[in-house]
Amino acid sequence: MWEYTAKVKDHFLNPRNVGVIENPDGVGEVGSLACGDALTLYFKLDEKGKINDAKFQTFGCASAIASSSALTEMIKGLTLDEVSKITNEDIASYLGELPKEKMHCSVMGRDALEKAIAHYRGEKEKKVEGEIVCECFGVTDIDIRRAVTENNLSTIEDVTDYVKAGGGCGKCHEKIQEIIDSVHSKDKPAKKKTIKLTNIQKIKLIEETLEREIKPALKKDGGNIELIDVDGNRIIVKMRGTCATCSKSQITLKHYVESKLRELVAPELIVEEVQQ
Amino acid sequence: MKPIYVDNNATTRVAPEVLEEMLPYFTELYGNPSSMHSFGGNVARKIKEARERVAEMIGATPGEILFTSCGTESDSTAIRAALISNPDKKHIIASRVEHPAIKNLFENLAKNGYRVTFVPVDSKGVLDLDYLYGHLDDDTAVVSIMWANNESGVIFPIEEIAQAVNAKGVVFHTDAVQAVGKVPVDMKKVKADMLSLSGHKIHAPKGIGALYIRKGTKFSPFLVGGHQESGRRGGTENVASIIGLGKASEMALSHLNEMKTRIKKLRDKLEDTLPKAVPNTMINGEKDQRLPNTSSIGFEFVEGEAILLMMDEFGICASSGSACTSGSLEPSHVLRAMGVPFTAAHGSIRFSLSIYNTEEEIDFIIEKVPPIIKRLRELSPFWKENKCG
Repeated sequence: MWEYTAKVKDHFLNPRNVGVIENPDGVGEVGSLACGDALTLYFKLDEKGKINDAKFQTFGCASAIASSSALTEMIKGLTLDEVSKITNEDIASYLGELPKEKMHCSVMGRDALEKAIAHYRGEKEKKVEGEIVCECFGVTDIDIRRAVTENNLSTIEDVTDYVKAGGGCGKCHEKIQEIIDSVHSKDKPAKKKTIKLTNIQKIKLIEETLEREIKPALKKDGGNIELIDVDGNRIIVKMRGTCATCSKSQITLKHYVESKLRELVAPELIVEEVQQ
Repeated sequence: MKPIYVDNNATTRVAPEVLEEMLPYFTELYGNPSSMHSFGGNVARKIKEARERVAEMIGATPGEILFTSCGTESDSTAIRAALISNPDKKHIIASRVEHPAIKNLFENLAKNGYRVTFVPVDSKGVLDLDYLYGHLDDDTAVVSIMWANNESGVIFPIEEIAQAVNAKGVVFHTDAVQAVGKVPVDMKKVKADMLSLSGHKIHAPKGIGALYIRKGTKFSPFLVGGHQESGRRGGTENVASIIGLGKASEMALSHLNEMKTRIKKLRDKLEDTLPKAVPNTMINGEKDQRLPNTSSIGFEFVEGEAILLMMDEFGICASSGSACTSGSLEPSHVLRAMGVPFTAAHGSIRFSLSIYNTEEEIDFIIEKVPPIIKRLRELSPFWKENKCG
């Protein structure tokens, strides 16, 4: 049995604002019967452009109904600019919390809200943008990337909990992992920008990186590294200390030293150990 | 609030008579049945009696009964033993609607070099026997088909299947966890090599199961250890629970008649009345060949978890084939294999009765459920457009 907060239970058993608004200013429909949950959200604006009525209809589990009910309460009295800032996390925290596996219910609320605003603003129904990654639940790479970025998700399971992708046949797990990886590698400092370095700049940057980043890390294990030469993109080094005799030094060289230099200096660098 | 418990395919209460027989073996009668002294020997005698009772329930001989820790262990033990006795055969067959104890085991074996055939069922949950027989070949090591399905309650013609598989010289196992105690199971008639059963589905405690192994069937133990269970399962016996299973087996046998009369009548009342009170409702699973206690009812355009939680407010305990209840995102593999439409699969509720249910309880359910469905449908965006009339 799910552990629902008292507030989730209350909004499930006594949902607020159930129903349809005739001639609404905005309507947003998301989900489907096949997916197991669906929500239609309606709102009406007053003369000042604030939402003065909101209603919903939801097919789904207790947390889907509670999320919808919470959403209608949250948006009343706000302007569209204000409500467009509401995230799925806001909906979940309004309810106290949602079980992790049920976060997609709050995402559904946010999606319906966005659609309703777009409908009001006369934006055309957006065609499915991006590429469908999860065929079972019709989730695109854009949906997944957004969920990963906004909620800082790190595993396939997380993605399934938030946007359902990967919750069916499982064929798309590899693609989801790629998206997670690509989002997180983007987060890293934007030093990756490939600025063309002069040779002198390059050598200087390599030296700096070795001193600042690499040597301290190797020294922790009693090792060290010395820059011998730079020949185009080939960096010739010599392993010192324990690294010199360590059987794993080739791995250290390729996995750590080279990837660090590629990240912080230039992506095309190749690190080699000087031949004895 | 006293629970109205109609989730007996999930688990059952321990019968008071069962508990009573078990209690002394937790307290003063704590001897090890393997010991040489009579203090232990008396316990061994009681285990012997339990074995006889289980054997009698299913028309077997005591020597054919092996006590295990649960239905899943019985299943795993049986399949593993069959594969070890047929090391050169790499094909295995099960139905598409098996319990996870078999389904996931077979999927796991598929990753380890076995060719797996899953036999489909039709929209009524009836097994495609021609498909099954058509896929038996010289490479088939074992066929495992459940006796009755836990969700739909549909009973498979195990006597006929066992005969056909047996004729091909292939090992046949049946997971009878849901059938035992609800319909007659007689291994004198059914030529299965192995059969799994579980205690907690028949008013014995959780943590005890049994595996029937037909005399002469090749076997190798899953738990290797001491000489317990005639060397077929190492580990000191779960004495009290074995004794509980023995008592529960004796009671189950004597309750079979009540199952097919009073309980079936209550089930039918529920199943006939609810669809009249609630439009757009479908019954999952063929009715004539179905467990007398089970009814899976699909309420269209509403979601199962929501129904369960609203029933919970009245103390009604049932379960659902919906996705949301299990944490998975798709409705149950059984309902999907039957091709139950999504409109009804997500809103399918399984009611499973036991001999402890009363007519008052069923009437209470019949009274409380229709308003719940009505309320949830009023919330549902799909309901209006599908309303008839």
